[in-house]
Amino acid sequence: MTPPLLEVTALSKRFGGLQAVRDLSLRVAEGEIVALIGPNGAGKTTAFGLISGFLAPDAGEIRFRGRAISGLAPHRVCALGMARTFQIMRPFPRLTVLRNVMIGALGRHAEPRAAAARARAVLEELGLGAKAEHLAGSLTLAERKRLEIAKALATEPALLLLDEVMSGLNDTETARLVAEVRAINARGVAILLIEHVMRAVMSLAQRVVVLNYGERIAEGRPEEVAGDRRVIEAYLGDESVDAAPA
Amino acid sequence: MKWAAPAAVLVLLLLPLVLSSYAVTIFILIFFYGFLGQAWNIVGGYAGQLSVGHAAFVGIGGYTAAMLSIETGLTPWIGMFLGGALAAVLGAVIGYLGFRFGLRGFYFVLLTVAFAEICRIAVSNIDAVGGALGLYITFTGNARQFQFQDNRVYYYVALALMLLATGVVALLERRRFGIYLTAIREDEGACEALGVNTFKYKMLAMVVSSFLTGMGGTFYAFYLFSLQPNTMFGIPLSVEIILRPIVGGAGTLFGPILGSIILTPLGELSRLYFGQSGLHGLHLVAYGALLIAVVLFLPQGAYPYLRRLFKGSRA
Repeated sequence: MTPPLLEVTALSKRFGGLQAVRDLSLRVAEGEIVALIGPNGAGKTTAFGLISGFLAPDAGEIRFRGRAISGLAPHRVCALGMARTFQIMRPFPRLTVLRNVMIGALGRHAEPRAAAARARAVLEELGLGAKAEHLAGSLTLAERKRLEIAKALATEPALLLLDEVMSGLNDTETARLVAEVRAINARGVAILLIEHVMRAVMSLAQRVVVLNYGERIAEGRPEEVAGDRRVIEAYLGDESVDAAPA
Repeated sequence: MKWAAPAAVLVLLLLPLVLSSYAVTIFILIFFYGFLGQAWNIVGGYAGQLSVGHAAFVGIGGYTAAMLSIETGLTPWIGMFLGGALAAVLGAVIGYLGFRFGLRGFYFVLLTVAFAEICRIAVSNIDAVGGALGLYITFTGNARQFQFQDNRVYYYVALALMLLATGVVALLERRRFGIYLTAIREDEGACEALGVNTFKYKMLAMVVSSFLTGMGGTFYAFYLFSLQPNTMFGIPLSVEIILRPIVGGAGTLFGPILGSIILTPLGELSRLYFGQSGLHGLHLVAYGALLIAVVLFLPQGAYPYLRRLFKGSRA
């Protein structure tokens, strides 16, 4: 049996008195879409930081494409084929949209001309082609969300980590981005996403992992997880489960 | 536009034929500070790592070439590159400490200033390299010893240095290295996430920048015929180096040159004028006023402003 694309085992991270992630295990198979959900402060973004190399775990193991990557610098993790976006978007505001995406593409295409061609293709795919020569700082929120994905996609990842890319978008924009994420996945890119927008989670994810207080409290298909008592408790508090109509 | 750069170079090549000796001196300083500003621009402007200790590299480069020339008779034309190499070693040490331990902003500024001051104080106390009195170079007028009877030779050497550094920066701008630097300046974490080894590229920028700056030290020493720790390593020189790219436009190809064209004559003429009127030090006030004006009205520097103006008039 081939190992899963990403395999996280017993991962823990503490910030002072706060146990941000506790004994977390999860796996993502080739080509799969997995959602990581949970209430605010559940440790989702910390888990992303650990997996992508921005934070060092206190304990646990992260294997990507069969090799241990805990402790590698973020740029090494990216070179191995994992790219992430940031919840608080980080465009290079004074560079053009094309240049922004080129920074991602230059890792695999050292020649700037080739990287620019690759970046243009990614921009077209995400509907940002017309904005290529604009400064990234001038984009709207929805465009900046797509730019964030375009930059990560330009690194040609096997696994894409998306941190709340749907938040703050209106219904039309969300539907469009869901379709774009699905198209990216259809080309063979596995996706691990943190998301609060449940409609997006339900329609995209094949599997959902639920975190609360840094621990995994449930895992399963979206419709299974949505009916799980512990998940409802985590989101709404335990009294509301009894009060809720059965 | 295609012919603008070659035409400008041609004019600069012919200019000494008609200039007065004093005007030639002003141009030498424009080119020399333009060169140092351009060298700083690589790490300070493009990569956004604010070094305020670049005088250390001028000092190391100048003292290396001068000591080799005085003690062994080695021609400064070779000493210039050895001085650049030693400066690059110091640049690598400063860069390693700063970048490995993640010093950003003011903390990196303090690190660079501290190293320049350590060099200054160390050289002031080592008698073998002249101590606080410094070194004096005997004038022989021998071109092999980087000494010229005719001021105009210094003009051409300084011009060549400025064009060399500008050529290096123009080359970097088009390559992956230069493109990465502009992104590192904006957001290092985002670069790492996109696979950019930020440590490596910041180190490379520091090494190239300190090497070029170190070469400048040889010119400075053999143009002045003397080396004092305070002038070669001092904070005032470090400040002179960064002012021109900041005024002209840091992280742009022509910013340091434009900055030098604006600031150098202003500094020299106001020093001369106020000095003759017995108002010593007033030129620094004029300098300061211009700086405040630039920061207030052209925070990106003069070159980006002029470029917008030019593009606007054509549109």
